[in-house]
Amino acid sequence: MARNEESRVGVFVCHCGVNISSVVNIDKVVQAASQQEGVVVAKDYKFMCSTPGQEMILADIKEHKLNRIIVAACSPRLHEETFKKVLFTAGLNPYFFQMANIREQDAWVTEDKELATGKAISLVTGAIRRVRLHESLPTREVDIKPGVLVIGGGITGIEAALQIADAGHKVVLVEREPSIGGHMAQFDKTFPTLDCSACILTPKMNSVGTHPNINLMTSSEVTDVSGYIGNYDVTVKTKARFVNHDLCTSCGDCMEKCPVKVPSEFDEGLEKRGAIYTLFPQGVPNKPVIDAENCLMLIKEKCGLCEKVCEPGAIDFKDREKETSITVGSIITATGYKFAKPSILRDYGYGIFDNVLTAPEFERLNNSAGPTVGEILLKDGGKPQSVAILHCIGSRDKNFNEYCSKVCCMYSLKFSHLVKEKTGAEVFEFYIDIRAAGKSYEEFYDRIREEDVHFIRGKVGSVTNIPLNDEEKGKLVVIAENTLAGKRLRVPVDMVILSTGLECSDGVTDMTRMLKLSIDKDGFFIEKHPKLAPTETATDGIYIAGCCSGPKDIPESVASAQATAAMALKLISKGKVEVEATTSWINEELCAGCKLCIGVCPYNAIEYDEEKGISILNEVLCKGCGTCAATCPNGAAMARHFNDQQILNEIEGVLLS
Amino acid sequence: MNRDPKIVAFLCHWCSYTGADLAGTSRVKYSPHVRIIRIMCSGRIDTAFVLKALREGADGVLICGCHPGDCHYQSGNDKALKRHIMLKQMIGQFGVEPERIRLEWISASEGDLFAKIVDNFTEQVKNLGPLNWKETMRPKSGEYHEQT
Repeated sequence: MARNEESRVGVFVCHCGVNISSVVNIDKVVQAASQQEGVVVAKDYKFMCSTPGQEMILADIKEHKLNRIIVAACSPRLHEETFKKVLFTAGLNPYFFQMANIREQDAWVTEDKELATGKAISLVTGAIRRVRLHESLPTREVDIKPGVLVIGGGITGIEAALQIADAGHKVVLVEREPSIGGHMAQFDKTFPTLDCSACILTPKMNSVGTHPNINLMTSSEVTDVSGYIGNYDVTVKTKARFVNHDLCTSCGDCMEKCPVKVPSEFDEGLEKRGAIYTLFPQGVPNKPVIDAENCLMLIKEKCGLCEKVCEPGAIDFKDREKETSITVGSIITATGYKFAKPSILRDYGYGIFDNVLTAPEFERLNNSAGPTVGEILLKDGGKPQSVAILHCIGSRDKNFNEYCSKVCCMYSLKFSHLVKEKTGAEVFEFYIDIRAAGKSYEEFYDRIREEDVHFIRGKVGSVTNIPLNDEEKGKLVVIAENTLAGKRLRVPVDMVILSTGLECSDGVTDMTRMLKLSIDKDGFFIEKHPKLAPTETATDGIYIAGCCSGPKDIPESVASAQATAAMALKLISKGKVEVEATTSWINEELCAGCKLCIGVCPYNAIEYDEEKGISILNEVLCKGCGTCAATCPNGAAMARHFNDQQILNEIEGVLLS
Repeated sequence: MNRDPKIVAFLCHWCSYTGADLAGTSRVKYSPHVRIIRIMCSGRIDTAFVLKALREGADGVLICGCHPGDCHYQSGNDKALKRHIMLKQMIGQFGVEPERIRLEWISASEGDLFAKIVDNFTEQVKNLGPLNWKETMRPKSGEYHEQT
C-alpha cells in the first residue's frame, strides 16, 4: 500500500471481562475515538482476544476497508502478536497495528474512574495519531542452526540435553563443576516416594556421558553470548584440569596418594577431599581434576606424587585454561539454585554448636555414600535421642527471602521419616504452615504424622545451650512459641536441622547480561509470561528450565526441562523463523557521513563507506534499539516502526485531551 | 496548580515498560496523570521528543531505562544518561526548570518503585506549577528574544 493512501483506522476497545470496564468508561472511550480524524470504525467487546473478538476485527477490516488497527486492551507484551496475526490473516501488513495499554497501565493502577477514562482516551488518541503513520514492513526470515546449548548439568539440564540428543540433534552441555549431577546427586532419598536419588539419576548421567549427540563440557562456564535466535555464537571457557582425560583410566591411584586434605564441597564440608579429586565416586565424567588452589605442585612446585603414581602418564601440570567457540540455534538455561545461608543461621546456633546442621549438610550425613555411610550420627559419634527440624529458615521472612521455597516442607517431612527409621529418635517439626501441594504429598504428610512426629506450629526464635534445669543439661534447647496452644516452649534436643530455602545460583548476574534476561526481585529469571510461557523468555530462542526461574521440586524441574527441549526442537524442525523487521536504516541522501551513529551502535552494525562518504547499516546485525536514530543530527538514521514522526505524533496525541 | 499536571513518560520496552506492567498486575495504584510512551530503548530518546512533549503541554517528562549494565542493547541507557545531562542544561537555558525532567532506572521487577517514582515526580511537578510552554515560548508579534 502506498504511504500516502488515506488511512482508515479501526479502533477496538476491550472490556477484558470487567478488568477494564469496571474502572474505565468504555462508551466514552469509543465515543472519543470515533471522533478522531481518520477513524472509520470504533467498537467495543467483552474479550477482544477471544475468537469472536478477533473475528469481529477481521470482518470490520473487510467491510470498512480498514488499513490501520488499534486495539485498546492489555499490554502489547501480552497480545500484540495475537492481533498482528489477525491483520496478517486479513491480508494487511502486521505493522499497521498499535495497542493502547489501558489495563496494566490504566485500569489496574487507577482508582478514580473519571481520571482513568481520561487516561484511556489520551492513550487511544496517541495510538491513533501514531498508527496513521505506520509503514508496511517486510517480514524477515532467518535460518535456525540445529545445535542447542544447555547451561547447567543438574537433573534439569541433563533431562533437556537427553531429550534433544535422543531426537537426533547435537547438544552442548556446559557444567561448571567437574561432574554433572547437580544437587540431586547429593541426596539419598527423594520425597514423597523415598526412592533412591542415585538410582534414578546416575543412569541418566551415564547416558549423557556416552551419548554420541552430546558434547559434555565440565569444569566449564559460558563467558560470552552474541547473536540472535537461530544463530547464537557462544564462548565457553574450560578450566585447566591438569589431568588428560583421554589418557586417564579412572584407576584412582592419584587420589589415594594426594597428601592434601581440604573440605569437600560436595559433602558440604563434612568430609575431606584431596587436591586431585572427583566430585563424587559416581561422577560423570568419572575422571579426576586437580584443584589449582590447593595442589602443592601448582602452588609451591613441591610434591608431584600423583604424577609419579599415574601409570598412563595422564597428569599434565602444564595444562591451561581453554576457550571454545560454538554456534547454536537456541539456548536452554538450567542454572538451578543454591541453598540459602541467611545470616540468622547463627541465631540458631549454626557454626557455634556442633550438632546444628543445614538441610544440605543433613542430606550428606544421611547419604549412604556420604561421610558417615548414611548413619545419622552426632559429632561425637553417638546416636541422637531427639532431633528438631526448623522450617522456613530465611524463607517467608521479610528480612530475608519473602517467597516460599516450596520444597522445604516436603524435604523436612522426609528428614523426619529418615531420622525415625534410622535412629528411632523423637522428632519435633517446628513449622509455620505445612505446604504439601503435589501428587501424593498430602498422603506423605499423613504418613509422617502417623509415625509419631511432633508437629509444633510456630517459628523458632533461637537455639541455646544454656540449661535452665537438669533435663536441658548438655542439650541444645530450641526456644519457640506454640502458636496453636499460645504457649512458649523450650524443647531440649540433641540435633537441630535448619530447613533452609532455595536461592538463585551464583553467577546469575553474568548470565542475565549475556543472555539479555531479566530477573525478578528475588533474583530468579522472569518468564515471558508467568502462565502461558513459563519456560520462554523475552529473548527469542533462550529458554529457562528448572529452578533458575523459581523454586521447583524434581518432577516440576524435569517437566520444565522437557518443555524447553520441545521449544528447542520446534525451532529446529521449522528450520526458519520470522524475526522482527523493526531495524534501523540510513537514508543515503540525508547522510552527511559524520559517523556519529557508528560510535553509538552497540552491535557494530554500521560501517563507513569511504567511496560514497556515508554510513551504511547492516540490517542482519542491527537489533533495532534506535540509538543511532536518536543520535543522527540529520535525521538520516531512522528506526523502523519507532521513527521520529511516529513518536512525535504519539506525544501530540497523548497530550491532546 | 489549578489544573491536573500532565506528565509524559518514555519507558524502554525491556525493563521499565515491563516494570510498569508489573505495577499493573500487582494492582499498585499511582498518579493517573502520567501518559506512558513505549520505546525499544532509552537510547532511542531524542532530545526532540522531550522538547516536543513540553511544547505540546506536558508539565514534566519522565524517562525510564534499564539499570546501568542491564541494558538489553548493552549501552543505550548510558547514551540516555549523557543526553539527559545535556538536556537538563538545555531546558534551563530555555527558561524551563530542569526539575521538570527526570531520568530513572526501573527494572522489570520494580513495579512498586515505578509507582513510587511516578507519585513522587508528579508531586514535584505539581509544586512547580503548570508550564504552559506552548503559550509562553511564543514571542509576541514584533518582539524578538535576545540571546543572553
